[in-house]
Amino acid sequence: MMNLAVEETAAVTEPKPAERSRKVNPLNGVAHVALFLWALATAGPLLWVVLASFKNNTEIFLGKPFALPESFSFTTYADAWSEAHIGQYFLNSVFVVAISTAGTMLLGAMAAYVLARYKFPGNRAIYYLFVSGLAFPTFMALAPLFGIVQSLGLLNSFTGLILVYIAYSLSFTVFFLVAFFKTLPHEIDEAALVDGAGHLRRFFQIMMPMAKSGLISITIFNIVGQWNQYLLPVVIMQGAGADSKWVLTQGIANISTQAGYHAEWSTLFAALTLSILPMIAVYAVFQRQIQAGLTAGAVK
Amino acid sequence: MRHGKYPFIIGFLVVPLALYLVFVVGAYLQMFQLSLTDWSGYGGFTYIGVENFQKLWDDSVFWIALRHNLYLLIVMPIVTIALALFFAFLLNSGGKKAGGVWGSKVYRVIFFFPQLLALAIVAVIFGRVFGSDKSGMINGLLPQSWTPWLFLADERWALTCILVVLVWQAVGFYVVLFSAGMGSIAEEIYEAAALDGATKVTLFFKITLPLLWDTLQVAWVYLGIAAFDAFALVNIMSVNHGGPNNSTQVLSMQIYLNAFQNSQAGYASALGVVLFFLTLTFAALTLRVTRRDAVAA
Repeated sequence: MMNLAVEETAAVTEPKPAERSRKVNPLNGVAHVALFLWALATAGPLLWVVLASFKNNTEIFLGKPFALPESFSFTTYADAWSEAHIGQYFLNSVFVVAISTAGTMLLGAMAAYVLARYKFPGNRAIYYLFVSGLAFPTFMALAPLFGIVQSLGLLNSFTGLILVYIAYSLSFTVFFLVAFFKTLPHEIDEAALVDGAGHLRRFFQIMMPMAKSGLISITIFNIVGQWNQYLLPVVIMQGAGADSKWVLTQGIANISTQAGYHAEWSTLFAALTLSILPMIAVYAVFQRQIQAGLTAGAVK
Repeated sequence: MRHGKYPFIIGFLVVPLALYLVFVVGAYLQMFQLSLTDWSGYGGFTYIGVENFQKLWDDSVFWIALRHNLYLLIVMPIVTIALALFFAFLLNSGGKKAGGVWGSKVYRVIFFFPQLLALAIVAVIFGRVFGSDKSGMINGLLPQSWTPWLFLADERWALTCILVVLVWQAVGFYVVLFSAGMGSIAEEIYEAAALDGATKVTLFFKITLPLLWDTLQVAWVYLGIAAFDAFALVNIMSVNHGGPNNSTQVLSMQIYLNAFQNSQAGYASALGVVLFFLTLTFAALTLRVTRRDAVAA
C-alpha cells in the first residue's frame, strides 16, 4: 500500500520526465546508430593504418584489413624513423613551426595592437590591406611567389619558408586580434598611462597579459595551420639537396610515392603512424583548448 | 601624453607590414605583370600581350578544371553542412539539462580529430584506403570473390573519392561549431515549442535552423575556401596529377603544373589573374546575398 501511494504521488507530481523520456527514446536508437557509424568511419582508417604498420607486405595484401598482425615488431618504425628520414622531417617541421608561429604571434600582435588602439592616418587602409589577403587562396599567386623567394636568394632555405609562413598567416592573425584588442577595456590602459608607463611597457605588461585568451586561441590556430601546410613547402623547398630540409607533410607524401615503386607499404604505414600518434597525444591533453581555439575564429 | 606615439606606431608596423607587402601583396601584383609575359620561372622574360589569356580561353583542360572546382565548391559544403547539422542535432537533442545523447562528449572528440591531421597526411592515408587491390582498406573489406573496385583509377569515380575525403575531414569541425551555436539557443524556446506539441523535426526546422543561420553562412565561406584549394588531395591521391584523363583536375593543380612542371610561369600567372577576378565576383555576390538576408531578418 505504502509503495503504491508513493508511486502514485511521484507520477502525479512529476509527469514531465516520464513524458520526455518516452518521446526521446525511439529517436535515441537511431541517433546512436548514426553517431556510432560515423565514429567508426572516422576512426576506422586511422586504426587500419596503425594495424598495417605492424604487418608485412604479404599480410597487407591478404585482404583482411582489420585482422591482427602475426607479430608486433618495431623494425618498420626504426626503418621509417632513420632510413626514410621521418625523424629528420619531424624535427624540421617542429623547428619551422616553432619559429614561424612565434614570429607570427609577435608581429601579428604588434600590428593588431597598433591598428586597434591608435588613431593615425592610413590606419584603416593598412587594416583592409591585411584583411583582403583572406579573400584570395594561397595557390593563386604561386608562380610570382616562387619568383620573389628566388630573387631574394631564399629558395630551399628555412628562413625563406619561415618568412613566407609568417607573411601568409598575418591576414587572419591581424583580423582576429584587432577585433579582440578592441574589446579590451580602456581603463587599465589609461591608468598605466597616468602612472607614466610608456607605449612599449603598456603593450608587453598590460595588453599582452589581458589578451591572453585571444592570443592562445590564435596561437593554436596558427600552429595547426602551419604544421599542416603542404603547398608552400612544396613550392619553396625545391632544388639541389632540398630533401634534407623537407617538412613532415612533404616527406610522407614522398614516401608514399616511393612505397609504390619499392613495394614497401609497411614503412609508409609506420611513417603515417609516427605522424598521427603525436597529434593524438597532444589532442588528448589539450582537447578542449584545441576545439575552442580552432572554432574561435568562426563564432563571434 | 602623445610623446613618442608615431615612432612607436611605425616601429610596431614596419616589420609585419614589410613582410606582408613583399610576400603577399608583392606576389599578387607581380601576378598581373607576369601574366602578360612568357616567363618560364627562371631568368628573364618578354612581354607577349594577352597571348596567355587567348591560350587559356582555348585550353580545354582549364575548362575541365574550372568545372570540377565549381562542382566541389557546391557539393562539398552542402554534404558537409547537412551531415554536420544532422550529427550536431543528434548530439544536442537531449537538451542542455539532459546533457545531450549518452556519450556525446566522446563522439565530439572522435569526430573532430581528422581536423588536426594535415590534408597531405589524410591524402596519403586515403590513397591507401582507396587502394585498387586487396591491400586497400575498402577492397580488403569486400568479399574475396568480388573484383576489386578501381576507385581513384576509375575516371567516373576518382573525383567522388576526393570529395569523400574532403567531407570526411571537415564534418567533425562543423559538428563542434554547430553544437556551440545550438548550445547558445535558449532552452526556453524549445520548451515552449515542445509544450505546443512540436515534434523534434519541427523544432529543428522552425527553431534550430533559423537561429543558426549566421553560423551556417560562416561555415559555407570556410568550406568554400577549403573545397576551392584541394591541392594536397589531387597532387597526392590522384593518378598522374589530376588524372586519370584529367578526371580530378582542379585549378590549383593546373597553376602548379604550369608553373613548375611545364615551365610556363607566365601562363600560370594568367590563370591566377582569371581566378582573382572570379574570386572577387564570388565575394561580391556573397556579400550581396548576405546583405539582403540581413535586411529581410
